[in-house]
Amino acid sequence: MDFAAIFKAAFALVVGLDPGFLAIVGLSLRVTLTAVLIAGLIGLPLGAALALARFPGRSVVIVCLNALMGLPPVVAGLFVFLLLSRSGPLGPLGLLFTPTAMIAAQVILVLPIVIALTRQTVEDLWSEYRDHLRSVGLEGMRAIPTLLFDGRFALATALLAGFGRASAEVGAVLIVGGNIAGYTRTMTTTITLETSKGDLPLALGLGLVLIALTLAINAVAFGASRIGARYAG
Amino acid sequence: MIATRRLLLIAGFSAAFAGLALAQTTTVAPPAAAGTRFITVSSTTSTQDSGLFGHILPLFQARTGIEVRVVSQGTGQALDTARRGDADVVFVHAKAQEEKFLAEGFALERKPVMYNDFVLIGPKSDPAGVAGTKDIVAALKAIQEKGAPFVSRGDKSGTHSAELALWKVAGIDLDQKKGSWYRDIGQGMGAALNTAGGMAAYVLSDRGTWISFKNRGDLVIAVEGDRRLFNQYGVMAVNPAKHPHVKVNDGQAFVNWLISPEGQKAIADYKIDGQQLFFPNATQAGA
Repeated sequence: MDFAAIFKAAFALVVGLDPGFLAIVGLSLRVTLTAVLIAGLIGLPLGAALALARFPGRSVVIVCLNALMGLPPVVAGLFVFLLLSRSGPLGPLGLLFTPTAMIAAQVILVLPIVIALTRQTVEDLWSEYRDHLRSVGLEGMRAIPTLLFDGRFALATALLAGFGRASAEVGAVLIVGGNIAGYTRTMTTTITLETSKGDLPLALGLGLVLIALTLAINAVAFGASRIGARYAG
Repeated sequence: MIATRRLLLIAGFSAAFAGLALAQTTTVAPPAAAGTRFITVSSTTSTQDSGLFGHILPLFQARTGIEVRVVSQGTGQALDTARRGDADVVFVHAKAQEEKFLAEGFALERKPVMYNDFVLIGPKSDPAGVAGTKDIVAALKAIQEKGAPFVSRGDKSGTHSAELALWKVAGIDLDQKKGSWYRDIGQGMGAALNTAGGMAAYVLSDRGTWISFKNRGDLVIAVEGDRRLFNQYGVMAVNPAKHPHVKVNDGQAFVNWLISPEGQKAIADYKIDGQQLFFPNATQAGA
């Protein structure tokens, strides 16, 4: 394997700004960021509520959610596939082999991470600040917004972990998206396809671009939290 | 003031998010806007990996305005996708499986489109001593007798079906004879070629995928030109009686175009390094 060819392929992809390639990168970002956004909107409040709520079977729920962080992407994909197939319960929506289906599958993958990590973060904060929050009249679910705000940096890391899981996976998007050229082809499914075509330098070159992209997004998030920390004290 | 700092912070985060959102909406001119006329075709990995679709689909779209979304799977899986109603048209290569699909009523007719042939690929070292021969059955017997490594697709694809049929013709009962030499990988054609290259094994491939395959390493064609290596492709539109939502007219338009002189010429015109990959034969009776 010629490693120079890999870097050459990656370089050509980035410099060439081929519209087809940009569409693939754009779709990957759109699908993954949307999935993380949805998972955040659902998972942050739910995780915080789980941290504060006390109900029978709570430990079981927590253990299950923690275990779901290890859900194999291909299983999540298969589940969404059977749900959305024309012969499945949601078949009439005609959503199989669309970006929407890919987002749905990735939400299932990201949500347990966001809920589980939020639950842990908020629970720790609550045990630390319980007395203080009670003294200003914030108790129970009313303390959630404050706790989420105070834990924002740890929670940003939870969202980044979710982003990492979604952007790196191929099993789920391949099954529910179908890897349709120009429509549901993402960076990871393109890598799989180019590998099967035997174009290994191009596949690895795409891999380099994907890693660089993930690095950039993490750098932006890190910078934002640094600036935030400075202003918020 | 803490309050102002918080506001600043929130404003900063929102700006960052808005920036990201903007970045993605501008880079993604949605590949297919809502309302685009399209059909979904489930097809095989060979038609995709060989680049045939990349060549003919733009021609079809230019002629009819219909976008074709291709989901590439092994033939068995592609037929199952259509059975579930998730495709409008199937374009595959395993006549027996296609006829079963027809008999079940999932399509009303099957049209032959094109053919190419299978080739036995093997390492240059040729441990089974079959290189350059033309008898595929004798070659398989030699591979089994010498226990030379052989990679099987193992994914119910058209190529896998053809391979199993050839072992049967060779009188080799795989259930009894397969040992560590027979490596069933359950993956597509390209992956099977990659694997065969990695372990110096023999593998049955369609010629189209082989010609377009870029990671050959030490692999070469060992056996070709046997009449039994013929590989026919057929196309079927899914029967709306089974799945009322399928796009009958646009699906049929694709079938009609494939077997029309224009579509047949487009297929014949697809070449890599001057080599034609598929040979149109829509008019050949019984193909």
